[in-house]
Amino acid sequence: MDIKLEIHNIKKIFNGRKVFSDINFQLENKSALAITGRNGSGKSTLVKILAGLLSPTNGRVDFYLNGKSIDVQNRYQYFGFVAPYLQLYDEFTAIENLELFGRIRGIEVDKDNIDFLLKRVNLYERKDSYVREFSSGMKQRLKYASALLHKPPLLILDEPRSNLDSEGISVVYQIIQEQKQSGCLVVATNDSDDIQFCNQEIDLNQFRNRTK
Amino acid sequence: MNKIFNINSALTIFIKDFRSELRTRYALNALIMFVITTLAIILFAVANETPSIEISAGILWIVIFFSAMSGMARTFVSEEERGTVMTLHLIAKPSTIFFGKLLFNLILLFLMNIFTVVLYIILIPSFIVQNASIFILTVVLGTIGLSAASTIIAAIIAKSNTKGTLYPVLSFPILLPLLMIVIKSTKSALEGVEFAKAMGDFQVMIAYFVVITAVSYLLFDYVWKD
Repeated sequence: MDIKLEIHNIKKIFNGRKVFSDINFQLENKSALAITGRNGSGKSTLVKILAGLLSPTNGRVDFYLNGKSIDVQNRYQYFGFVAPYLQLYDEFTAIENLELFGRIRGIEVDKDNIDFLLKRVNLYERKDSYVREFSSGMKQRLKYASALLHKPPLLILDEPRSNLDSEGISVVYQIIQEQKQSGCLVVATNDSDDIQFCNQEIDLNQFRNRTK
Repeated sequence: MNKIFNINSALTIFIKDFRSELRTRYALNALIMFVITTLAIILFAVANETPSIEISAGILWIVIFFSAMSGMARTFVSEEERGTVMTLHLIAKPSTIFFGKLLFNLILLFLMNIFTVVLYIILIPSFIVQNASIFILTVVLGTIGLSAASTIIAAIIAKSNTKGTLYPVLSFPILLPLLMIVIKSTKSALEGVEFAKAMGDFQVMIAYFVVITAVSYLLFDYVWKD
């Protein structure tokens, strides 16, 4: 699957305050972008714009799959997104959450795939527990399972290590490595360990775009 | 060509909301308690007097309107309060979410209206339906119109800070044409007029539903996103 993400002159203004402007970059297959910057520089805002959760004040985000432009309303089929502020349904179990997400996405719910993902994030033993009983780290692991459910060509991670223990972090790093082989990756972080996996970096403090 | 919305996904959103409602009772308890307390107050107020046909028809739809206002907003407000709006946004098209939520509100309002109408007929002796087919069709079309309008208004107010008070205030002018026509049609059912004479009212109710649903579909993406 050949994918390309193009960002053209993105600008965002919140309540009259300019968060960033003139952001341009391009991301292609088997590449990873780190978005860095101090607190409040707009890392989460930028990844939300990339994922289609927020509209930019100016500029546009283009996404191409095998050379064909994908409409913003249909991009959810190709994107996986993990962030600490993303919430799951507390009143459902881990497996029910994944089954619901799969069905709402319109993909065929494969029990073996769900079991594989739950084992991968070390939640298989707790698959029938309600999410409200989960710790914040366990919820974060379940978010990874839900983001990978449809095998997305583009994975967007905001603070990928948030709430995770060392075992969870190593699982995330494995996921990052595999995603780089199979598609594209965008990581919003300030952690040097996360940045080392990326071959491009955009520093929102300086609004500059450099390639390593 | 892209589909307007995915029917299976919308049905899954409806099933999710229904199962969630059974487990959390976000809206159901509020709706049932509102109907019971309102009808109890009406009984005390009416006492031994016999309200006219116009007043009986009006009171029924006042109970339905305010009961709907107490529970219908929960579909979107609960997603907003729990922070799951973003999650939903990441897994489905906005139109799919809208139609899933509309279906949930429709079923919930149908159940509530059946409960309300049955209680109302039992408790208010002067409320005697002379033409059942007009009355049933009025309740069905009124419910459909009410759920369509209340779904998009719920999506709008879920983003505001004053959700509770804003919902009935914003709903009233939008629902006023529908309320006027369903009260008129209910009065016709109580008076026992011929079915053919009520056809104009039903056409207005159907037109109201079509217009509100079409506008909601066009606007929902903007309401839902930022």
